Amino acid sequence: MTTELVTVDLLHFHAIGVPLERADGTIKVTGRAPYAFEHPVTEPVYLHPVQATVARGRVTGADTAAARALPGVIAVLTHENAPRMVSGDDPELWVLQSTEIAFRGQFVGAVLAETLEVARHAADLVRMEYENLPHDAELDPRRDDLYAPDVLNAGYPTDTAEGDVDAAPAAVTIDRTYRTPMEHNNPMEPHAVIALWAEPGELLLYDSSQGVHRVRGALATAFGLDPGRVRVVSPYVGGGFGSKGSAHAHHALAVLAAQAVPGRPVKFALTRQQMFSQVGYRTPTVQHVRLSATADGRLTAISHEVVEQTARLKEFAEQTAVCSRMMYTAPNRRTSHRLARLDVPVPAWMRAPGEAPGMFAAEVAMDELAVACGLDPIELRARNEPGTDPVTGRPWSGGRHLVECLREGARRFGWDPRDPTPGVRRDGEWLVGTGVAASTYPRHLLPGNRATVRYTPDGRYSVLIGAVDIGTGTWTTLAQIAADALEVPVGAVALEIGDSDLPQASVAGGSSGMSSWGSAVVAAARAFRARYGEGPPVGAEASAEAPAEPGGDFAADSFGAQFAEVRVNADTGEVRVPRMLGVFSAGKIINPRTARSQFIGGMIMGLSAALHEESVLDPRFGHVVNHDFADYHIAACADVVDIDAAWLEEVDPHANPMGSRGIGEIGIVGAPAAIANAVHHATGIRVRDLPITPDRLLTHGLL
Amino acid sequence: MDESITLHVDGRKRSLTVDTRTTLLDALRERLGVTAPKKGCDHGQCGSCTVLLDGRRATTCLTLAVAHDGAEVVTADGLAEGDSLHPVQRAFLDHDGLQCGYCTPGQVCSAVGMLAEAAAGWPSHVTRDGAGRVELTDEEIRERMSGNLCRCGAYPNIVAAIREVAR
Repeated sequence: MTTELVTVDLLHFHAIGVPLERADGTIKVTGRAPYAFEHPVTEPVYLHPVQATVARGRVTGADTAAARALPGVIAVLTHENAPRMVSGDDPELWVLQSTEIAFRGQFVGAVLAETLEVARHAADLVRMEYENLPHDAELDPRRDDLYAPDVLNAGYPTDTAEGDVDAAPAAVTIDRTYRTPMEHNNPMEPHAVIALWAEPGELLLYDSSQGVHRVRGALATAFGLDPGRVRVVSPYVGGGFGSKGSAHAHHALAVLAAQAVPGRPVKFALTRQQMFSQVGYRTPTVQHVRLSATADGRLTAISHEVVEQTARLKEFAEQTAVCSRMMYTAPNRRTSHRLARLDVPVPAWMRAPGEAPGMFAAEVAMDELAVACGLDPIELRARNEPGTDPVTGRPWSGGRHLVECLREGARRFGWDPRDPTPGVRRDGEWLVGTGVAASTYPRHLLPGNRATVRYTPDGRYSVLIGAVDIGTGTWTTLAQIAADALEVPVGAVALEIGDSDLPQASVAGGSSGMSSWGSAVVAAARAFRARYGEGPPVGAEASAEAPAEPGGDFAADSFGAQFAEVRVNADTGEVRVPRMLGVFSAGKIINPRTARSQFIGGMIMGLSAALHEESVLDPRFGHVVNHDFADYHIAACADVVDIDAAWLEEVDPHANPMGSRGIGEIGIVGAPAAIANAVHHATGIRVRDLPITPDRLLTHGLL
Repeated sequence: MDESITLHVDGRKRSLTVDTRTTLLDALRERLGVTAPKKGCDHGQCGSCTVLLDGRRATTCLTLAVAHDGAEVVTADGLAEGDSLHPVQRAFLDHDGLQCGYCTPGQVCSAVGMLAEAAAGWPSHVTRDGAGRVELTDEEIRERMSGNLCRCGAYPNIVAAIREVAR
């Protein structure tokens, strides 16, 4: 096996590493940045969908007369009259093409009208008839029809096994089941699109998308269009967290509608309620974790077995236990993933799919092992630190700095001295405790990225790539990378992103953006300088593709340590988090200002998952009952007190020319475990099911 | 049913005819092209649509346009004069109190409205002394800003920005 680590040709950092203010800050604080639904168009048509009211069955009739009779209604589409699509390769996009219903809420029709109000009113007047078939929408790990998917999300193998977990010598064993709920991404901007069928075969979409080329490709395939005549524009995106990473049914419905009214732009924004069935969610998980260790806390066996759900319509297999393949090492290891195929909406990416739920179970189990061994949880982790990646045997690109993160975090947080005894610190009616957990997230580098650099008459460099900024800071950070790659000030760079007419770019997902797009920008800048030197003529232009993998054979992962202090009300079970700290090792930080916001934002989403978030799916009907912000609470300002993030000053010399590894997701990973571990320290109650709501404490002996 | 109304939006007089079912938010966004207020939930649960309505912060998705004939609406756009930002907007940039930016115009309007409420001595749920002057502690700011959700998690930076302006 090769273990050679090739050092890449790093940039000289001038703009990179500077905490520049957001380039798009002014137009965002004034509300002038145009999001998808806000692009000015003339004579728009408004679309409101009709959704299935059965969880499984067939449409047997559609009475649209009353809707069509309403003044202002332009058309009502159902499977009977909708334009035909070409490819059903993505079943999620196969909308109004058949009578089959695979989940409650599936689109079965659409009203097109002159105004929003009329469209919505008319949609209520459409009467669909159904043949209602028995459905199955309940995830139960005891089901006898669980199956092993061929492969997991992001291409990971479904199962792994090494040694014999059951026969491993053990002075101490933790053998527990952990559960995480269905969660919804809920970006603040609802998924929205304006679709214009300009002439046959020519499609323009103003979209709220994490990947303009990905959406373009999906729709071109589904509708049999030439991708060169499909344009997807997403200059500003109000968050996505994975849910805008792929084309979903609403895209297809909007295109069908646009085909029905050629020449008129069709505006379609999902309601908050519709987002709970249309644009993906994090699958609920049931995770059986077994850790065996010697009396001094050295792991002899790690087992992490997961049951989760997928949809009858389309498979999504979350890679929940993958983190347990590489976090710590033991001679006997086993991971597995089993799916229940249910009559439910299609699960998909939500910030750190796999790692976020998986590291909750794994890192609470480690805390339980620390308690059982009588060890400090930081010391337990340090004792089980692998020298090389347990999966591949390769060294980590840029080194593995988990223990440094833990020790630095302990110093900053004031971890020591810590009395490990649970349930003994009381401040009035509040029980107080602290907890720690580790974080990890892989460095993903996606293929298919190309950038163009052009010298313009105003003496600036246009840098073109179809990347997007979903709040991550791309408008700022990619310009910083371009500036250093061209060796010019940031002000000399005019970045153009968010349009599929720009050079091909991969999706803003998997924390891959800066690595993938940045590598292409650097390659284009270097090609430009190689061809034109320092004094290019106006109009000079060069393009290049990002190299596949610059650094040779290594494992590429980021690590982190999360610390939380909690206060649990002894009378009500309310959990408050007065303080959180994350310390991360993620390679070079491109922009400390936007990076800190991203780390903190991830941690807050982790806090929200720890304490608040749960989509309650009623298995009798197959719909999410709490489908709005009143009942699906996400952390609000009052829930978040003192949260800070720090990072190790480092450069990963093997990852890419920026020395960075991506930071969009690691902040959420481990945060719920740190809070759950702190709740145990505060109360002595070990909550293994998220979210940690008062009932879970009150019914486990708090009172 | 349609009604004719006049709104004064960011200093401009705008007359229009609206379906009586049209919310103030949809009238602004879809009829007048005023898109600084955002639609995040359409149920008054997220605060993205917040503007200053006759001087007070209000969620425009939760009120009908026809009920506000003659009203004065100030959006985040109108708080700035061209590129000259309102102090709250400047502080949001200084403290990076935003990421995706979708909730931001609502946060900014809410902050401006909230600062005026506190200056007028209005108590909140966490105000210890119900009468008289309100001291805008971090706890007060967080409580008073909790009607504006931010999924990116910019809250600590938003609080820092408002704290600076309040000082």
